[in-house]
Amino acid sequence: MNIETNTPSASHILNPRGARWKYQRAWLRRFVVHKPLGAVGAGVVLLMFFLSIFGSFLTPYDPIDMDFMSKMQSPNLRHPLGTDVFGRDVLSIIIGGAKISIYVGFASVILGTGFGALWGLTSGYAGGKFDMYSQRLIDILQSIPTLALALVIVASLGSSLNNIVIAISIGLIATSARVVRASAISIRNQDYISAAISTGAGWRRIVFRHVLPNTIPPYLVVATAGLGIAILQEASLSFLGVGVPPPHPSWGRMLAGMGRDKLTIAPWLSLAPGISIVIVVLAFNLVGDAFRDLFDPRLRGSEKR
Amino acid sequence: MRAYTAQRLALGIPTIIGAALLIFVIMRVVPGDVATLIAIGGSEGEEEISAAAIEQMRVRLGLDEPLYMQFATWMWDLAHWDLGRSLWTRQPVDELLIRRYPLTLQLSAMALLLSWVIAIPLGILTAVKQDTPLDYIPRLMSIVGLAIPNFWLGILVMTYLAAILGWVPPLTYSVPWKDPVENFSQLMLPAIVLGTALAALQTRMTRTTMLEVLREDYIRTANAKGLGSQAILWRHAFKNAAIPVITISGTQLSGLISGSLVTEVVFNLPGLGAATVDAVRLRDYPVIQTLVLFITVAHIIVNLGVDLLYGFLDPRIRFA
Repeated sequence: MNIETNTPSASHILNPRGARWKYQRAWLRRFVVHKPLGAVGAGVVLLMFFLSIFGSFLTPYDPIDMDFMSKMQSPNLRHPLGTDVFGRDVLSIIIGGAKISIYVGFASVILGTGFGALWGLTSGYAGGKFDMYSQRLIDILQSIPTLALALVIVASLGSSLNNIVIAISIGLIATSARVVRASAISIRNQDYISAAISTGAGWRRIVFRHVLPNTIPPYLVVATAGLGIAILQEASLSFLGVGVPPPHPSWGRMLAGMGRDKLTIAPWLSLAPGISIVIVVLAFNLVGDAFRDLFDPRLRGSEKR
Repeated sequence: MRAYTAQRLALGIPTIIGAALLIFVIMRVVPGDVATLIAIGGSEGEEEISAAAIEQMRVRLGLDEPLYMQFATWMWDLAHWDLGRSLWTRQPVDELLIRRYPLTLQLSAMALLLSWVIAIPLGILTAVKQDTPLDYIPRLMSIVGLAIPNFWLGILVMTYLAAILGWVPPLTYSVPWKDPVENFSQLMLPAIVLGTALAALQTRMTRTTMLEVLREDYIRTANAKGLGSQAILWRHAFKNAAIPVITISGTQLSGLISGSLVTEVVFNLPGLGAATVDAVRLRDYPVIQTLVLFITVAHIIVNLGVDLLYGFLDPRIRFA
């Protein structure tokens, strides 16, 4: 089950670039074989990316185009997911919403866990007073429940797409800082770091060449988990009326507004965005679980040996 | 153990003050002037807001004082249990807190109990029946359960399940000590919605740790000496597998106190979460900062409790 082992051959040594590519391909193949669910999740994520980039060319209708002649239609051939009270095509809104969800998810994860990871790396590697004060600060940050924190931030910044991203990302800082710090500390004490120091490597080389790459696996686990959390948070904030503002389509807002009011007479208005959220979050979680199984030996017991 | 408790409690106080400072800073240093917003919100129409009116509002809110003074005043008042008043209703915040906290706590407790009732037997079952349909189906359900937005599940349950059961969302909330039956029936559905969400993670955790524990030598020994499988499962295996489940539950409980926020709004329950959301909508700053601070305090207390419980449950973990 250890998929990271790969024996070097003569051709690898002669052609390092080809070797890396070959290694990556082998890694990918083993990932798909050993973690089929993770691979399915990754496939869905790629599809979401595709939709969020090219979605506007694929959608048959403009998501904000109202057509009062065809309002509240149940799913049919012209409108596969039906239409809403303004006659807008639900499938087109869903695809438009995918873009927003992916944007909010990735932007807040990159911002939040990225900052957290850098903080954790610095704090773990530097140690001393800086580390101690950082830890107390992270304690404080972690003590405020994330949704409440996000509400406070949105309440004071006002709700706009980027403020939502900021609000969600701040809630993601603490966990990633903790995880990366812990792994930076354990790496700092490894023999190969002492070896690197004894060969005269400067701190820049040690941090970026030796410590940073080794903190990436645990970071990836936290980051993929963060994607699902971020998308659910955006939906919750939108439901509470302080999420992504119109005219951006938002799955969470669809669930809150007419999705809720018309649930008994037009269930597709609620099922379409609801199931979309479930699929996307599920996909991120499956990828995250696969990463966790690969990188976190403590949890390997959950797999059949 | 006692020294550890004291140390943790002592560390809790600066954390609370730090959290208060953080909330305070977020609310003040951001662009957008609170006084202007309230002055605009207070005047119904489109009329011009005079600079004098804004200045007056600023004095009324105490915003004309330097920031550190404002913070010190807030802390001083908190220490004397003077939690301030709502900007809109002029209602004292502590009244709000006392009226609304019990509901959130009760809902959280019910959800947690329910999640144990679901997750623990299911987790053990999936571990014992590893790689059979009895393992796959609950696992699949728990993976999907983790991806469902809680409030959506709430809406669906309220619309469909409630229609089948003939349940109507309450217009007014009944307190448990006056009408326990009515109170229970009002909180049952939201507790189910929250509880199943918690159970999803707990089931996974129980399964993982049970699988680990069931491979231990002492389980084989117990088996060899002819102990019944029920006794092995519960007394030998689950007792040891329970610790990570309790940790997760603790994290979840502290998350619940704010997580019930959305569910309370869905089910129209006047809890702390609903109060926070209302305050955010109205930009009722004294209420927001105090409520969020109290949610944070609950969070800190629960985490401390879990850490202490840890040492109590696992004799191997003893604090120096």
